[in-house]
Parts: sequence; C-alpha cells; structure tokens
Amino acid sequence: MTEQELRDLVSRALRKIAPEVDQSKIDPGESLRDQLDIDSMDFLNFLIALHDAVEVDIPESDYPRLSTLRSIVEYLAQKKGVAPAGPVR
Amino acid sequence: MAEFRMPSLGADMEAGTLAKWLVKPGDAVSRGDIVAVVQTEKADVEVEVFTSGAIEKIHVREGDKVPVGTLLATVRGEGEAAAAAPGPSAALPAPAPDVGERARASPAARRRAEELGVDLRGVRGTGPKGSISVADVESAVSAAPPGPAPVSERSAGMRRAIAAAMSRSNREIPHYYLGTEIDLTATQQWLAVENSKRPVTERILPAALLLRCVALAAGEVPEMNGFWVDGSFRPSSVVHLGVAISLREGGLVAPALHDADKKGLEELMRDLRDLVTRARAGTLRSSEMSDPTLTVTNLGDLGVETVFGVIFPPQVALVGFGKAVERPRLRQGTVVPAPMVTATLAADHRVSDGHRGGLFLAAIDRFAQRPEAL
Repeated sequence: MTEQELRDLVSRALRKIAPEVDQSKIDPGESLRDQLDIDSMDFLNFLIALHDAVEVDIPESDYPRLSTLRSIVEYLAQKKGVAPAGPVR
Repeated sequence: MAEFRMPSLGADMEAGTLAKWLVKPGDAVSRGDIVAVVQTEKADVEVEVFTSGAIEKIHVREGDKVPVGTLLATVRGEGEAAAAAPGPSAALPAPAPDVGERARASPAARRRAEELGVDLRGVRGTGPKGSISVADVESAVSAAPPGPAPVSERSAGMRRAIAAAMSRSNREIPHYYLGTEIDLTATQQWLAVENSKRPVTERILPAALLLRCVALAAGEVPEMNGFWVDGSFRPSSVVHLGVAISLREGGLVAPALHDADKKGLEELMRDLRDLVTRARAGTLRSSEMSDPTLTVTNLGDLGVETVFGVIFPPQVALVGFGKAVERPRLRQGTVVPAPMVTATLAADHRVSDGHRGGLFLAAIDRFAQRPEAL
C-alpha cells in the first residue's frame, strides 16, 4: 500500500460521513472536527470506515493523534509501515 | 381488509408526499415490512405496514401529497379472499380529471392559484365533484416530484416544520427548567477500561451511556415519559427515547430509540449508531418518527455547556446534556479535577412539578455513578 492509496482511503471514509464537503478545501493541518462540523458519532463512524478499509486497530488512546487530515495519514502510514511519499496536500 | 393510511410522523406533520411505493398490488407483506417511502418536510421516511397479508389496492400515486390519515392502500389480511384479481388498471387511482378549460374551483382557490402562479388545469380537486380547494392548490405547489427534494427546499420545509412544532410547544406548554451537574469521573473511567477491550466497531460513546441513564430514570419518575393529549396526561408504558439528531444539511430530527430501558448498553449503542447513521442518510422508519415518549438532546460535541430545551409536543419533558468540563471537586478533603456535565430538564408543569423533576435528574445522576450496572 502506498501513501497515496492511504490518502484515497481516508478521503473515501470522509465522504461516508460528510458527503457534501468539498474535500479540496480541507486544510490538512487543521482540526477535521472543527472544519467539517463532525460530532462524536460521525468521528466514530469515520474511524470504523478507516478500520474496515485499512485493517488497523485504532485504540481510543490514539484518538488525539487523529485530529487533522495530515496526522491521520501519518498515523495510518506508520501503522502500515508505509514510507512517506511527500506532504499531504 | 385492513386500511393502510398516511401515518403521522411527528406532531408537526400535517401531510406527506408518497415518494415511492416499494410494493405493488398482489405483493405479500408481513407486519413491519417497509412498503413505501414518504417525504415529509423534515425527512424521507420508510413507512412500515402493521398488518400481514397482501396488498389489495393502492390508492395514492407516487408524487401525490396527501393529509395525514389518507387511505394509501388496502391490505387483504391472511386468509381473506381477494376482492378482485389485481391488475394494472386496479393498481392506481385515476389521474387528475380532465377539467377542461375552466377548472371547478372555489373563488378563494382561484385567488390562491393566481398568487402562486398555479395553472388550475393541472390541479387535482379533492372536493365535491372534483372541485379544487385552497388546500389542493397549496398541495399542488408543495407536492414534490418523486425523488429527493433539493436541499434548499428541504431545508426550508424543515425549518417550517420545526417552527410549527416549537411555536406550538411554547404556546401551549408551561415549561419549567431544572439543571444539575453530574460528575462523570466514574463513567469516563469505566468507559476507558471498557473501550480499551473493544475493537473500534464495538466502542461505546458517553452519549449512549447517558441515554441509558435517562431511560432508567424515566421508569422511576413516569410523569416525564408520555403524552399530553386532550387535556390530560397519558403516561407511556414503554420508554422510547427521542434522540435529537442534527442533519448535515441543517435542521434536526428526533426519532425514537425504542425500548431504551430494556436494552443493555451495548445494544443501545448499536441501535443509536444505526439510528444516527440512518437519520443522516435519510432512511428513518415511520415507527421511529411517530412514537418517541421523551426526548434527549446532547449538544456537548458543539462545546455547549448548558441546554435550555423546548419540549416536542405532545411529549411532556426533554433532557439536555452539555459538554463535560473539568471542574474542581472536593473529594475526601482534597480538591481534585473532575469531568462535570450539566444535565437540564425542560418539563411540562401541567404534568409535574419541580420536586418530581428534581427526583428525575437525581435518578439520572445516581445511575451515572454506577456505569458497571448499566
């Protein structure tokens, strides 16, 4: 799996919970919850979608590491042993 | 022969559009089957049938907007003989009558049609001999074609529906308000341990735990759980918690989490997740929209600390939760930080008073201190 594939999976998981959002306007370094107005149920569904797609376990204690688009991709890349391919746009 | 009628999907609903039939004459149906999708001003709702048998006749066409209580279909019960073999010609009512150049309409309906720019020749009259009333004209305007309404139209409709229900609430219900702070230390610690043992797919959110506390407390103070109908209180024998769910396009719905007092925390969480997901996907069921007995709104995710709720009539109480905030607490002579949530109650003074409301909030607090027993 490449980092680009991970980004695509994250994008698809986001679309499931916030289909109306134009993802090109998301700032990868800013809090996703603030930008997308997602609540704890949306966030849980997002994590479940990631869990299903990437097949990684995401313990609750890691939630603080999953606040921005960039940190999510980095976290998943680390979990899957994917080499970084460049900054998340 | 059983009659399947346009259900009331909330106190604020007067009419609904039959957006889609999922059955046709001759189809076998079982109690609880989803047979149609009805579009209300607030949501697209999957409507269940409450009789087992076979669809005998469909009386309303897709796209028609009809008042609550209108006969939608007749269902032949199991063992009943068919009235006639169903065929395409028997399947649907006749289209709007050809009313010629000049439609039969009341003067008021003509004025309304002019105001709204409606051609009366395209309006189906429901009055004597097919005459057109003001309501028919307005229905023709608001009847959406089959398929989802545009977001802006849906959003405006939802605001109208919420405004109607909340205006009625503020006009008719003498609200009183109570609030208390609940220490969430025990629940958060318990949830942290519990969730660390669970995969992400089975984790429990604090919101589910608070819903369970409310459901159990409703069993202790039944004046909070039921309906004000025809000048008196009718307590409910079941606890169907209405869950206020904000929709991504704006607005909110408050469908029921059925039998919340009888479900364990795990099952309640599973059902809550399903309900929220379906509410946001627009696939709620008629039984969920029509029978909440007590509503809970949780605005903690938005950073709100205190909720001052408005009761959904004909219910008689609404519980609100804000966000958990760390506050200093004195514990065994030492000041320690504790996550505190403000629980508020908006209740109907025609049914209960502050004393009973206080007992209700105290019961919620008591249940929250023993999460392992939930």
